Amino acid sequence: MEFLQIAVLLGIAPAFTGWVRMLKCWSQGRTSAGLFQPYRDIIKLFSKDVVLADNASWIFRFTPYLVFGTVVLAGGIIPMLSLELPIASAADVIVLVGLFAIARFFTALAGMDIGTAFGGMGSSREMTIASLAEPAMLMAIFTVSLASKSTSLSQMVHVVYSGQSVLRPSLAFALFAFILIALAETGRIPVDNPATHLELTMIHEAMILEYSGRHLALIEWANMMKLFLFVMLGAAVFAPWGIAQTGDLTVIIAAFLIMLLKLAVVGIVLVIIETGLAKMRIFRLTEFLGSAFLLATLGMLSYFILE
Amino acid sequence: MIAGPMGIVTSAILLLFLSVLLASLLKSHQRLVINVSFVTASAASLLGIAGGVWAVGGGFTNKLILPLGLPDLPFHVRIDPLAGFFITVICLLSFFVSVYSIGYIKGYLGRRPVTRLVIFYNLFLAGMLMVVLADDALFFLVSWELMAAASYFLVMFEDERIENRRAAFLYMIVAHVGAIAILLSFGVMAGLTTGFESFNGYTFDAMRQAEIPVKWATAAFLLAFFGFAAKAGVVPLHVWLPDAHPVAPSNVSALMSGVMLKTAIYGMVRVTFDLIGTYPWWWGAIVLIFGLISAVMGVLYALMQHDLKRLLAYHSVENIGIILIGLGLSMIFTSFNMPMLAALALIAGLYHTMNHAVFKGLLFMGAGAVLHATGERNMEEMGGLIHRMPWTAALFLIGCVSISALPPFNGFVSEWLTFQAFLLSPALPSPLLKLLIPLGAALLALTGALAAACFVKAFGVTFLGHWRGHHMPRVHEADWFMRSGMILAALTCLVLGVLPTFFIDWMDIIPEQLVGTKISTSSGVYGWLWLAPVGRERASYSGAIVFMGILLVVVAVYIVLHVKPGTIHRVPIWDCGFSKLNQRMQYNATAFSMPIRRIFGFLFNIREKVKLTPRGLYAAVPKRLNYYLRIRDRFWGWFYRPVVDICFWVSRRVGRLQQGRIQAYLIYSFITIIVLLVFSR
Repeated sequence: MEFLQIAVLLGIAPAFTGWVRMLKCWSQGRTSAGLFQPYRDIIKLFSKDVVLADNASWIFRFTPYLVFGTVVLAGGIIPMLSLELPIASAADVIVLVGLFAIARFFTALAGMDIGTAFGGMGSSREMTIASLAEPAMLMAIFTVSLASKSTSLSQMVHVVYSGQSVLRPSLAFALFAFILIALAETGRIPVDNPATHLELTMIHEAMILEYSGRHLALIEWANMMKLFLFVMLGAAVFAPWGIAQTGDLTVIIAAFLIMLLKLAVVGIVLVIIETGLAKMRIFRLTEFLGSAFLLATLGMLSYFILE
Repeated sequence: MIAGPMGIVTSAILLLFLSVLLASLLKSHQRLVINVSFVTASAASLLGIAGGVWAVGGGFTNKLILPLGLPDLPFHVRIDPLAGFFITVICLLSFFVSVYSIGYIKGYLGRRPVTRLVIFYNLFLAGMLMVVLADDALFFLVSWELMAAASYFLVMFEDERIENRRAAFLYMIVAHVGAIAILLSFGVMAGLTTGFESFNGYTFDAMRQAEIPVKWATAAFLLAFFGFAAKAGVVPLHVWLPDAHPVAPSNVSALMSGVMLKTAIYGMVRVTFDLIGTYPWWWGAIVLIFGLISAVMGVLYALMQHDLKRLLAYHSVENIGIILIGLGLSMIFTSFNMPMLAALALIAGLYHTMNHAVFKGLLFMGAGAVLHATGERNMEEMGGLIHRMPWTAALFLIGCVSISALPPFNGFVSEWLTFQAFLLSPALPSPLLKLLIPLGAALLALTGALAAACFVKAFGVTFLGHWRGHHMPRVHEADWFMRSGMILAALTCLVLGVLPTFFIDWMDIIPEQLVGTKISTSSGVYGWLWLAPVGRERASYSGAIVFMGILLVVVAVYIVLHVKPGTIHRVPIWDCGFSKLNQRMQYNATAFSMPIRRIFGFLFNIREKVKLTPRGLYAAVPKRLNYYLRIRDRFWGWFYRPVVDICFWVSRRVGRLQQGRIQAYLIYSFITIIVLLVFSR
């Protein structure tokens, strides 16, 4: 089942990114390159040679593989299609946050490896944002885990299934906080602009500016998967309906279709957010992530007071 | 002859004293002194590990009364699982560091005599082991002073520099203020045990059995907490630590940061859980709050540093904070009679104690290797060392990953356990604590994320990019002794992270003795693979599977992509056509932490000045730009400056008594005698 999930992750993630880009083009009155452009990009990058700076060390070459590895492993842990994931108990939500942190840690190191100003700038900003986003992220997750009395993802889904699916105010707060954090963690507007290469505004792109060829392909693909996984994580925690509880084939196909539906909806929401907002100044982000943290804390308080 | 773990640990201590003796005899053969003493110290550490592991594993409690000490006040020693655990931690790191020192100290040959360093190094190790073994207040304080004095001389080793002398002096003062508080705390406990007329209350056994009234117990606890906090570098008593640790030789810094601070943790656990035993919940809250403050402030100060060793020293403040969080939670749970949760929190704290010893030792050894190779501690001058020192870079990176609490290394395991303890706090009966304690979890998360940022900076600026200084010194890789010390520590980091259940099973007896229950570390088939302290459905973590999973995917992807041998073109850096790119244009340590400095700047005392010298009429193209930045610890101005001022003021007043005339002094004596005769008839 893990392998099926990972296969879905690898296969669908670029399409989701393509879907978001397509919607964005339409909403801005441009012609889109189609749903499958990300696949063509990745294939093109894989077939190209790698150009490395003279002083790139092994860290620079190792990072794409590690980033790819952690994201794929995370794909085996988050329940996307089914709850029957034997390996999923190797890691709970805190470990999941840790896995994304490893990827970020090494990407930031790779950004500093060549010794250009852009790389260092990207690393510095990325680590700053991450250090503000991570407490908020954990608070949001803790709020949810208070209700399910567990930090294990499949257990959280189970609890929602087992009848207590009344709308909880604490979950609503946590959902809002999670959306804000997910925007920051996946580098979307208003935190970072995935499409820009303008020196003053880029964060994530600045770190990976020196990559090329298959290294860049791995990193781009991992990024698409990360976006996909955040959507899946949100879906598993806040709207798990449709995730199969058994290993039955028809149920899993149904789960797959429901997942596609959820992705389509999330894509529309994401595009509305991205076209509706402008990118923030980097020092305004404290307020942005601070409000995410406050929302998560309010969720926790409302859990204790109201529930 | 004494048998069992006690015998082994005692012989380890004797071996260390033998090493001191040998070092002073062989003084004229410096190279021989290094080889003999550090090999002896490594052997003693191995013995200590054996004794400690045995004591914990077998759950032994051996006692012994030594025929030493004052008349009628013999020294008592005792080894129990708690002591055994700390002996293991101390000896584990001192083994790595002793192997490392064989190579590192040779760097001093021909520059200065090293006999003093070797002697005090061995005394320092012996002192730490004796502190942990001590079973009465007298022997404890004697060993405590031995440890403090030996480390003072180690900090003073390079005493020609004024900042070293100043740091050592400050260290001495804080250590002694702390020691006085500990002495008073033992005094309170001993006095209430047997009354103030007899001396028999000075043994820990007597204190354990005594019923101390809560009021007095609180006094004893607060004094002991103050004293041990001063030694552990808890904010706001931390100011000596970032001064003293960096100026000592790096092998000593590794021991001071890695394990000397842990003797203070040992003291706290011993006094609260063992000697006093029952306490109100707010003691735990105090420990928890100071732990949180230390963790957050420690890492923020660390981010502002550009001296590699000073940065690491501030991280010790942070990690001591994380350990205290575990202890504080455990104390709160104990006082609400929840032994299961108390055991989990205590294990989290103690496991972090061990982890921090290993990875901080590793990091200081790495920093020592860099210092040894470049003669530089300032990160702003470094860069690109990964090409010249590949081994040191890789090993230092493992330390960085471990301390940043990233899976699958060991720092993550203890932080995960601490999070689990936090998440169980809603079970507490008090609504206030229920609401406030989860906020602590957020602070812990902030600490972890900031630590990761800080180590991206430390590793990135030191080892990656280009050399930032003007002249690249002749950098050489660390020799094999230094390398093997670091390799052992790095492997230990990985093993502690990947297979935590073995170690937690081994140390599970400590909470059983102190708070009354064990935690269930594992469940089901292949139980050793899963760490599930409360229950499988609550939370579980398997470092081994995470590690293997990442490794598998990385290797698979690598192989798939290298079926067809792809080509890699090496080219000069793309400079956007600017063609004047130089190494001063890289991000450096100050630049890296600038966003965080802006965000958290209100916590520091920052003075920033930019001075532009215009080139003639063209203000837009300045001739020279001076940037001045000073960051100070606010605590120095708040707590220490007033104390220092008062001390000077009082001593100036008192100094007026000093007339320099014999008649005046005779009058003072005369008055004193009259006063004594009047009042003490």
